[in-house]
Amino acid sequence: MREILSGNEAIARGAYEAGIKVASAYPGTPSTEILESIVQYENIDASWAPNEKVALEVAIGASFGGGRALAAMKHVGVNVAADPLFTLSYTGVKGGLVLVTADDPELHSSQNEQDNRNYAKFAKIPMLEPADSQECLDFTRLAFEISERFDTPVFLRTTTRISHSKSIVRTSDPVTGLPPAGLERKAAKYVMLPGNARVRHRIVEQRLAELAANAENLEINRIELRDISIGVITSGISYQYVREVLPKASVLKLGMVYPLPEKMIREFAGKVSSLYVVEELDPFLEEQIKCLGIDVTGKSVLPICGELTPGVLRESFRMEKPDFLEIDRLPARPPNMCPGCPHRGVFFSLNKLGAFVTGDIGCYTLGFMPPLSAMDTCVCMGASIGNATGISKVLTPGDQKKVVAVIGDSTFLHSGMTGLLDMVYNKAPATVIILDNRITAMTGRQENPASGYTLTGEETFQVDFSSLVRSLGVKNIRAIDPYNLEETEKAITEEMNRPEPSVIITSRPCVLIKRPGVFKRGAPLEIDPEICKGCRECVKLGCPAIVWQTGSGGKGKAFIDTLLCGGCDVCTQLCKFMAIRATK
Amino acid sequence: MNDTVTNILLVGVGGQGILVASEIISEALMLAGFDVKKSEVHGMAQRGGSVVSHVRFGAKVYSPIIPEGEADILVGFELLEAYRYLPLMKKSARIVVNNLRINPPSVSTGKETYPEGIDGKISKLYPDSIFIDGIELAKQAGNAKTANTVLLGALSALSGADEEFWLNAIEKMVPGKTLEVNKKAFELGKNSIA
Repeated sequence: MREILSGNEAIARGAYEAGIKVASAYPGTPSTEILESIVQYENIDASWAPNEKVALEVAIGASFGGGRALAAMKHVGVNVAADPLFTLSYTGVKGGLVLVTADDPELHSSQNEQDNRNYAKFAKIPMLEPADSQECLDFTRLAFEISERFDTPVFLRTTTRISHSKSIVRTSDPVTGLPPAGLERKAAKYVMLPGNARVRHRIVEQRLAELAANAENLEINRIELRDISIGVITSGISYQYVREVLPKASVLKLGMVYPLPEKMIREFAGKVSSLYVVEELDPFLEEQIKCLGIDVTGKSVLPICGELTPGVLRESFRMEKPDFLEIDRLPARPPNMCPGCPHRGVFFSLNKLGAFVTGDIGCYTLGFMPPLSAMDTCVCMGASIGNATGISKVLTPGDQKKVVAVIGDSTFLHSGMTGLLDMVYNKAPATVIILDNRITAMTGRQENPASGYTLTGEETFQVDFSSLVRSLGVKNIRAIDPYNLEETEKAITEEMNRPEPSVIITSRPCVLIKRPGVFKRGAPLEIDPEICKGCRECVKLGCPAIVWQTGSGGKGKAFIDTLLCGGCDVCTQLCKFMAIRATK
Repeated sequence: MNDTVTNILLVGVGGQGILVASEIISEALMLAGFDVKKSEVHGMAQRGGSVVSHVRFGAKVYSPIIPEGEADILVGFELLEAYRYLPLMKKSARIVVNNLRINPPSVSTGKETYPEGIDGKISKLYPDSIFIDGIELAKQAGNAKTANTVLLGALSALSGADEEFWLNAIEKMVPGKTLEVNKKAFELGKNSIA
């Protein structure tokens, strides 16, 4: 069948066709839709794990049990999963295991743009890199075959432009005749104590040599000979840009970017007059090719930072550019928290109180933007709490009071719990606010252990944050309604002043949750223009529904866009003139 | 079918239905027998930020993103965003713009002003630009939320696929109960150009 699929949807399809039994992931742009798409297929146990390490460990268990398994995560998620990953390389697999790493060159939605091809070399695991959706499907199937044939986990690496671009795909029926799952006791392979692991390390090195030899005849590595004055070695999305911008150039397209086919590279290099490597981010291929003693041009003309585009490639190859139109400077349109977002009142209060806010990863990271401007650090998932502990250790008691960590429900369960345990255990006096909106919101509203539902929409156990943090040793715990500004400000002030660790839990759900009865939209508000004095207090919330309009004589007034307003009533509490009221 | 690739750029504000519109376009063009690629970025960009979707079709498409300066058709869902992306367009491009203004945050908070006369600025650079009252036509069709389908109708008059493919794609992609309203919105958009 012909379908138009995104790279992520095609990976899900490929995994289904490969007969996987288990898929586990933690949501993260640009990888999230892989698991969301796998749910449509029967006979696959697909689930959200609390973090990427657990997701990979679940996949490893399924593989040890003899089932094919897939784990998917964004590039930085592999950092979290790196601990099991490196030892998984030693144990190898029973059922095929594929780890999808979705990288984000240009940082469209990430905190760094690390190049996870380096993990393949570091962990000694083969890596395939598809260049469109058809290859996403085909390479996923192939990755499972390679995994079982060579007793190794296999990386499938995408980038945002592969995961989120759509192209036409031919689908096939799933494979049949895979061996049944079952218990196998093989301690020498699966119990990685030093004595066993020393033996396995030798096997890993042998396996890499065999994979490299096999890469010479792998169909997904291919030479396309055209004009031989320029030869380009490339892979993934960069291949498409090379074909677009240098249609006559000869190309060595690598479907497997690690380990490399040395003979094939030497053969190609010998056929072309000038040799280039076109790759995004790090000189990963370039350095390995140079180590073979082959002269090649790469990052001396191409950028390391950011995405490649056809335009960037044209510039690197000093080709003619179209003369661009000049336009006026325009107001930017950055993303913003939604109207009615329960985080807004919390950040408004933090700003007002002059808190030093250690932040975390989620929609609420947008709290750093003006006019809320209430976030001072943001490093990685869960870092807010450890950062708060550490920073309070170097401050005077007066400054210690200012430190507040903010973290979402999903992020807290991902990797905030151990940080909080440390804060209590080691007696740091900071305040932690858990912004519990009952969903993993930023990546598009995925369920998590605090939402009460699984990936497939089944009802399940729901974490109770209050009991959870109490059992971690926190004595000062309070729940607040973040739509009530007075209550919010009072709670934060009191807990900031307390010379002990404390946790504040907010209680309002995300406004985008579609399940009936979770988020209840209030009546939209309006501002009486006769009463509004133009004091701008409500405008300081940065709510998209509140619009400042300059009137005649330079004096302006605030208006509310009733189509956008979520009726949260936060602005009403700021209006000293009682100009804001519910629409009739 | 010749070798040329046609490039459609859809731009607007998160929440306007741009990604659904580009899905329908891609589906219609695939049904019409073209190779199609489309690209956009999810995640951070969807919280009311500027949204861009690239759709490319022809006998064979390589890059999923449109090479800078080579877009043939711009469908602007909002005036300021349409103007913002003009530098990506060919000199000979066709421009279709929804006559709608959505304030960015810096304008809502009174820090900056929404540039006046954006339609004039667009027309000055592209005299054949077409401005459509998308929401007004969508209301005529029966639902103000089908403005994106009105724009698709207008686009269909400029692109190379027959109407049946567009209608098939709409049938596949929109919920059954809104199908009739969407078909009407499509027709109104199409007729607004003819």
